[in-house]
Amino acid sequence: MLKLKDVHTYYGNIHALKGISLEVIEGEVISLIGANGAGKSTTLMTTCGIVPAKKGSIEFKGQDITHMPSDEIVKLGICQVPEGRRIFPYLTVAENLDMGAFLRNDTDEIKKDMDYVYSLFPILAERRNQAGGTLSGGEQQMLAISRALMARPKVLLLDEPSLGLAPIIVKQIFRIIKKINEDQSTTIFIVEQNANLALKAAHRGYVMENGIITLTDTGANLMANEDVKKAYLGI
Amino acid sequence: MRLFNIILGVAVVGVLGFLGIKEIIADPVYFLELFLGGLTRGSIYALIALGYTMVYGIIQLINFAHGEIYMIGAMTALIVASVLGLWGWNSAVIVILAFVFAIVYSCAYGFTVEKIAYKPLRTAPRLSALISAIGMSLFLQNYVMLAQTSEYMPFESLIPDFEFWEPFSHIITSVEMTIIVTTIIVMILLGILIKFTKIGKAMRATAQDKIMASLVGINVNRVISTTFVVGSATAAIGGVLIACHVGQINFMIGFMAGLKAFIAAVLGGIGSIPGAVLGSLVLGISESLFTGYFWSEYEDVFAFTILVIILIFRPSGILGRDTTSKV
Repeated sequence: MLKLKDVHTYYGNIHALKGISLEVIEGEVISLIGANGAGKSTTLMTTCGIVPAKKGSIEFKGQDITHMPSDEIVKLGICQVPEGRRIFPYLTVAENLDMGAFLRNDTDEIKKDMDYVYSLFPILAERRNQAGGTLSGGEQQMLAISRALMARPKVLLLDEPSLGLAPIIVKQIFRIIKKINEDQSTTIFIVEQNANLALKAAHRGYVMENGIITLTDTGANLMANEDVKKAYLGI
Repeated sequence: MRLFNIILGVAVVGVLGFLGIKEIIADPVYFLELFLGGLTRGSIYALIALGYTMVYGIIQLINFAHGEIYMIGAMTALIVASVLGLWGWNSAVIVILAFVFAIVYSCAYGFTVEKIAYKPLRTAPRLSALISAIGMSLFLQNYVMLAQTSEYMPFESLIPDFEFWEPFSHIITSVEMTIIVTTIIVMILLGILIKFTKIGKAMRATAQDKIMASLVGINVNRVISTTFVVGSATAAIGGVLIACHVGQINFMIGFMAGLKAFIAAVLGGIGSIPGAVLGSLVLGISESLFTGYFWSEYEDVFAFTILVIILIFRPSGILGRDTTSKV
């Protein structure tokens, strides 16, 4: 469904992605794990067109999106929940959700989807008129995921959904990620430092080091892999 | 230090207030005239300051060419009104067309200035865009001077002296009244646009986080263009109104008006829309009172003194957000 082929990305002179190739298949949950600075977030930002690739190609459902502007990419159904959540701090919770549905005009369906995300995260319904910036970290993560869902994505890209959150909230969020994948058959691509959680949730996984992909296998096999255990699972 | 500032502030306000109340009691009609004159002036500042503050809010640029957009609005209205007047058109039609053309022309200029002078510099250091803005300002001034004339040109008021307004016209003229009412209507419309419409929400979202805005599918370039166009439209309305009020214009009117509106925007808290309106009214009224009670020739000195004071003691302005918390 989503295919990256030999993608190179630079930040100025820094060679962040050194020829990444990976594939996301429709309906699955895949995880990309790796240490800080390996290039995981850059992979997502390049896919979304924020930091365009210098070389290589990105294909979505057979269409080349390598040099497409990011708003066009969102229109195709690729939505990202970025690192640090990036809630619009001075917009209310409801307005943040409205912005998630920016490209849609079907008012009734938007209303339905808003009720759906409120049913996933009831706390957001309680705070719908509160400014996004006043929410706690966990609530902001829930809002960020909900905002992305409002666009009815075909692929949902999640960047470090566990970052800085209490373990109990992280569990809740991963449960809902699974639920979204099962209920709406939304394809999900998770980038995580928390390898244990990410691999447990995923059908397949990729391991990334210094801008290249070093390993790929099913989630379960990766968890059993000795190198992965040593480097990322702390066993 | 903080306590000292507060005591100083209270003392200054107290002394001025005491002197002021004495003066007001001695001649309340004069005070009312000055106050309403200031309100008129502040309304015009507000119409211009909105463009400054919205553009700053969205791309952190002080658009110094904004005063010129206002001047172009007034110029366009003058040309349209003169031509149609020669043709002997109905005056009501002239008023409407003068406003429409002024708005359309100013918007076209605002849009083009952004595309030519600022968009290529989007990722450059902020100083480059600022210098580009000053260059654009000088270019537009000289272009209008060459295309028109460097002389002052008489501008016949488009707004008639309404008969029903006669009894009050010694305190506030019908033109001033029109300015205040128009400004209020524009502010309400703009408030609705920003608060409730989709494009308004997109403007706020873009101002808060441009990358995230593009990640939800907002075309950031289009939102920035829209911001310039909306700001230009309100400035054009201000330009036509002030020309009716003053009765003459030339290519330089945008310079000082632009600077004053900039001061007003900083006073209110640059980037904040209610701040720009509040700052404009405060500046307009205090300028008017100052020139009425003290020295009228020091009007501009007074305005710039306010700028200096606000930059020293409260750089974020009256309603500005504290930007230091941004990481």
